[in-house]
Amino acid sequence: MSLTSEKMIDVYETMVKIRMFEDKVAELFAEGKVPGFVHLYAGEEAIAAGVCIHLTERDYITSTHRGHGHCIAKGVNINSMMAEVYGKANGACKGKGGSMHIADVEKGMLGANGIVGAGGPLACGPGLMAKTLGTDQVTVCFFGDGAAEQGTMHEAMNLACCWTLPLVFVCENNGYAESTPCSYHCAAKNISDRAVAYDMPGVTVDGTDLFAIYETAEEAIDRARRGEGPSLIECRGFRYYGHFEGDAILYMTEEEKEHNRARDPIDNFKKRGLERRLLSEAQIAEVDTRVAAIIKEAVEFAEESAWPDSEEVFTDVYVNYP
Amino acid sequence: MATRKITFREAINEAMRLEMRRDPTVILFGEDVAGGATLPHMEGENKEAWGGVLAVTQGLAPEFGRNRVLDTPISESAFIGAAVGAASTGLRPIAELMFVDFLGVCFDQIFNQGAKLRYMFGGKAQVPMVIRSMIGAGLRAAAQHSGCLYSIFAHIPGLKTVVPSTPYDAKGLLSSAIRDNDPVMFFEHKLLYDMEGEVPEDNYTIPLGVADVKREGDNTTIVTLGRMVHLSLEAAEKLAGDGIDVEVVDLRSISPIDEDAILKSVKKTHSLVVVDEDNPRCSLATDVVALVASEAFDYLDAPCKMITAPHTPVPFSPALEDVYIPSVDTIVSTVKSLRE
Repeated sequence: MSLTSEKMIDVYETMVKIRMFEDKVAELFAEGKVPGFVHLYAGEEAIAAGVCIHLTERDYITSTHRGHGHCIAKGVNINSMMAEVYGKANGACKGKGGSMHIADVEKGMLGANGIVGAGGPLACGPGLMAKTLGTDQVTVCFFGDGAAEQGTMHEAMNLACCWTLPLVFVCENNGYAESTPCSYHCAAKNISDRAVAYDMPGVTVDGTDLFAIYETAEEAIDRARRGEGPSLIECRGFRYYGHFEGDAILYMTEEEKEHNRARDPIDNFKKRGLERRLLSEAQIAEVDTRVAAIIKEAVEFAEESAWPDSEEVFTDVYVNYP
Repeated sequence: MATRKITFREAINEAMRLEMRRDPTVILFGEDVAGGATLPHMEGENKEAWGGVLAVTQGLAPEFGRNRVLDTPISESAFIGAAVGAASTGLRPIAELMFVDFLGVCFDQIFNQGAKLRYMFGGKAQVPMVIRSMIGAGLRAAAQHSGCLYSIFAHIPGLKTVVPSTPYDAKGLLSSAIRDNDPVMFFEHKLLYDMEGEVPEDNYTIPLGVADVKREGDNTTIVTLGRMVHLSLEAAEKLAGDGIDVEVVDLRSISPIDEDAILKSVKKTHSLVVVDEDNPRCSLATDVVALVASEAFDYLDAPCKMITAPHTPVPFSPALEDVYIPSVDTIVSTVKSLRE
């Protein structure tokens, strides 16, 4: 099904939320307001937005260390996300997870993950749950090009295919595993070619082209929902920020950065949306203004939130521990 | 409740069978847990196939079907991770991971995912899963199929670690583990599988973290677990012949651990010997001795002693493996030495 006007606004809003959230976090990090490590998703917005628009709240996703975009696209509350990044008591995880572990199981977001490639095996879990209980829930496993080289991803894709689980593996190939280029760390021409090894559909799409991602993801998610098993989608894109904040990105040339800016997923989406008259300038302006207010409010919410009580160190390890 | 004699293996099988009957969200998977069972060509005597390499899960696939008893590829990371993911989204998986030594290949999914998920998510998730795995030396299975290693898991916050010693305990503890809302490591000593004991037919649970005094005595406390309980009881019989009346405390669970039971016994007997088949550094044995040294020092009449495996991998040769495993003679002589 092609993008309706209503969905156009939805995906645009998701992408803008991710971009503004990440730009704001970068700024806050530079100001020293955000502790720890942050890995920002800006540049990859079309992937999370184009995939997650096909999911319901009952569907699940597993994520990566670069997980803010997945959270936003899956509907995690922005205020609670920002408070979590700050380490505040009102955070999505009560300040115990931080940027690398933001989660909201109620929203089907099974957590950003600090271990590269760990999400593959985890994603088989809700897949197995849906199959065992006979529900039509689908699970999407987001992973990076770096994770593609972990044995866990091979194991997970094979297991998901052996068990015909309702899964979609979405590889976000942003070109670099930390600073190591995909051309160096990946022996295959395309990560999607590996799908052949598991007898599942595999396709590479432009990770900056929301329309292409939307259509490809729809087909794969529908296939999973019909009980026909997993698919692998490789989205080739880029990230604006470094591996983590503080990374000067010396491994990218200026030409490459320039080339990336020219294929900005949000700009491209706007341009094509306007050309096809699926979006209007007025709608774009309305979303931009609204989202800017949402992000501003999220920062205020986070800053005004209390730090967790010191007793919180000791809770939530177990449900019950005599 | 009617009881009858069944083996440790049958007791574990029965706990899973009864819990799976009781709760449709309990599922079982692992390498060869169905093992060919229910395949069209499997008939008559062959119908039940392997049921795991040591036949602990035999008969479960025919009863519950291949949707709830699933063989897995030899992909421990994938299926342990799947257990974590399934547990956090509504199932109660039992994952069978053949030998504890193999947990090394999927440790991330256990200690970075399963164990930490609830905490990282601020308590907004739970991971009700059981990983069953075989432990222990004595089968001449050499260094990669014979370890105990349970101390490693007890070290990790978020995991519970259970090591049963009898058929009765195995069934009740496994039922508790399956119903528990936290991830539980459940370790089965392979030399205990054929041991018989009285076990009720019905379902029952034994709470995790409650030790059991397997033999009462006044002279020395032996704190132990798993197969070493039986060696300790044998040693206790010999010592009784010499007029030394030891108390044998079976921990059953080492995380949570029943500190009160240990301290209560030591305060009564005034000396402690820990008998532990695991390796000695940063181990259960050192943990128990540290507890007693910190909390019951004034009650001690003698130094605490540890009888453990040596700080080596498990050797293959029978001549060497028999040296590796703590012996009844060592327990007897150690307890006697406390009186010299």
